[in-house]
Amino acid sequence: MHKLLKDSPGEKIMLLGNEAIARGAVEAGVAFATTYPGTPSSEVSLNLFQMSRESDLYFEYSTNEKVALEVAAAAANSGLRTFCMMKHVGLNVAADPLMTLAYIGVTAGMVILTADDPAMFSSQNEQDNRYYAKFGHFPMFEPSCVAEAKDMIKEAFELSETLKQPVILRTTTRINHSNAFVTFGDIKERQTNGRFERNPMRCVTVPAVARRLHVKLLERMDKAAGMSEASAFNFVTGQGVWGVVANGVSYHYALDAVKDLGIESKVKILRPGFSNPMPKDKIKDFLSGCEKVLVIEEGEPFMEEAIKAFAQEAGLVIPIQGKTDTLFTSLGEFHPAMVRENIAAFFGIDFTPAPKIDTSDIPEIANRPPNLCSGCSHRATFYAIKKAAQGMDVIHPSDIGCYTLGFMPPLSIGDFVICMGGSVSTSCGFSKATDQKVVSVIGDSTFFHSGITGLVNAVFNRHNFTLVILENGITAMTGHQPHPGVDMELMGMDGYGRVNIENLVKALGVEHVSVIKPFKVKKSIETLKEAMAFDGVSVVISQEPCILWAKSIKLKKPRAFEVTDKCTDHKECINGIACPSFYIEEGRVKIDADTCVGCALCAQICPENAIRPLK
Amino acid sequence: MKPLRMIIVAVGGQGNLLASKVLGEAALIEGVEVRMSEIHGMAQRGGVVESSIIFGDASSSIISDGEADILLGFEPAETLRAIARCSANTKVITNTATLPPFTVGIGKGTYPEVDEIKRVLKEKTAGLVAIDAMALAREAGSPMSVNIVLLGALIQTGALGFSKENVKAAIKRRIKPALVEMNLNAFDLGFEAAAAGTV
Repeated sequence: MHKLLKDSPGEKIMLLGNEAIARGAVEAGVAFATTYPGTPSSEVSLNLFQMSRESDLYFEYSTNEKVALEVAAAAANSGLRTFCMMKHVGLNVAADPLMTLAYIGVTAGMVILTADDPAMFSSQNEQDNRYYAKFGHFPMFEPSCVAEAKDMIKEAFELSETLKQPVILRTTTRINHSNAFVTFGDIKERQTNGRFERNPMRCVTVPAVARRLHVKLLERMDKAAGMSEASAFNFVTGQGVWGVVANGVSYHYALDAVKDLGIESKVKILRPGFSNPMPKDKIKDFLSGCEKVLVIEEGEPFMEEAIKAFAQEAGLVIPIQGKTDTLFTSLGEFHPAMVRENIAAFFGIDFTPAPKIDTSDIPEIANRPPNLCSGCSHRATFYAIKKAAQGMDVIHPSDIGCYTLGFMPPLSIGDFVICMGGSVSTSCGFSKATDQKVVSVIGDSTFFHSGITGLVNAVFNRHNFTLVILENGITAMTGHQPHPGVDMELMGMDGYGRVNIENLVKALGVEHVSVIKPFKVKKSIETLKEAMAFDGVSVVISQEPCILWAKSIKLKKPRAFEVTDKCTDHKECINGIACPSFYIEEGRVKIDADTCVGCALCAQICPENAIRPLK
Repeated sequence: MKPLRMIIVAVGGQGNLLASKVLGEAALIEGVEVRMSEIHGMAQRGGVVESSIIFGDASSSIISDGEADILLGFEPAETLRAIARCSANTKVITNTATLPPFTVGIGKGTYPEVDEIKRVLKEKTAGLVAIDAMALAREAGSPMSVNIVLLGALIQTGALGFSKENVKAAIKRRIKPALVEMNLNAFDLGFEAAAAGTV
């Protein structure tokens, strides 16, 4: 049995934040869950997916976040407790249905998770999604630790059901990817059989209906404001005339700092956990006993601006600061020492941090950037693209996935990356705006996510570029989740369909479609050249499973290669493809047999035929 | 328990996250509070993986520069790279077996001499235990057990204060049954190597 399905209230167990969130949803009786995978949210969905295989919980990996939210919206309006999960930038994709779902609301509890990524450990920006809650009128919860995340999601389902309004659970990477002890609670029975009651005056948002719904939405948020005032998630700890307001993980940094500085008797801390709508009266009451207030929040000054406005309403003229040139920044992640130093500085506490180690005389250490894996098929495809495009002035729009790493030399495939699906649509733009050749790349999962719409646009508007779809048979970057092109039977799972990319692309009206096996290097280069010579939209589908995936489902058995004595040191292998299994020893290229998987890419490009399977 | 802050640094694939989970499980057995934080995502693609573990009476789950009590490094250059997290009071345990970054492998970057790494770590911190965990892992039966060899060395130093028995019990709980014997052996080899002194 899945560890998070265990009906063992009181059991204490160490969980990842994302596991705790999944468990909280199960304890809340969640019956329906949808997502598109994205770090740092991925393990929430992974665990629900696994649990759905052994229970009556419905779970799906949808083609993108907009689809996931739309599927979820229907379930939550059919009486099922519904959970929709995504990373912060995923909510941008879902923003369209999100803003109108706020008007329609739900008939059963619905929680939307946005996993924000301050410091961009694995993201293309560090947007602060608290503004979506304010923008769209959603109640929002923000946990400060792993155990609280589990409790909050249960409360979020209850609140959603009371208000008939989806609730946003906003986490950050340090909640999603922290581990701590969690105590299991009772599991509420799942209601898995829903029914939709027809109600066009609530559910069909023609203008006449939507105008009325907007009024109702504001009324619901008024009610939410009252509940925020009374919520136990908005609490004050300590007593004193110095005020600190801190949300999320920053609350714990503040707690530690106040203790470290020995100012417990002077400081009181307000922790908003039910943070939209902000508890206005509670905050005014907090401010009225303070001489000065420091606001500690990663990201944008979301709380700071609200608190300053509340102080103005209350006629309070006290220093309230957060983001300034000398205190906190909107950039990146906070950490305990930063919070301690700024608390000391703001309240005028003498504090000398322990002397740091002098690192000026440390020997130089080469960086260790992430790299395409040994035997990754993208390397072969990129090599072939490069050879096919040799001598041409080419732009390579790229997309979001493992293959984004191909932007680094020597492959250097990747000139413009903004969002999922963006490689196709930007190719449209580059091909019209310039005389340069455009050869773009996109992964298979990403193609289904939102590449298709760009391709439809390209066909209609007669754009001129070559799109290479990297079909590796899985969503690799986020940890091998399925997508509509995956053969689920390889995982021993039945009950799924499968969309054939080649047929799909042809059906969209692309006139020049070809398929390559990228480890057949010469043939791939020829096919790519033909596609690039075509005047109009051409698509090349490069088919080869993700090597990590193929190994894990035993589709491939690694077989190492070696460099033989025939090598005359051209170094075409290293300079052309830079596989991490190469190394140089005493001036000679060697292959690390422990990591080589035998893709034979290097063997094919070696001018002397010097690379052979290890005997 | 007074807060004790520990950083583990490794290269993706070395088993850092499993080692952290074993320590977390050991803390549960010891009755010590623990909060951990990890950075992954790019990990499988040969990048650096770092875990922060905070034992005892503190409330944060990450560790600032200069504030680690223990640094456990699975790869010597990565141990050195993490030295900014240490102070003169930090205890350092490191593997001496190198995994040079690809750039070094093809002659486009510098990898410091391991003796130089050891000298710097020893000079600037409160003490260094350096063992060839890879050799010991192979001796135990699998290069994959480097992480558990290093846990053995960590526990031997006493820096964490956990008993050998409790950590072994945690290994039994967290590692697949078929691999438990081999990993217990790896733990013992690391423990003995640290007891014998530094390499």
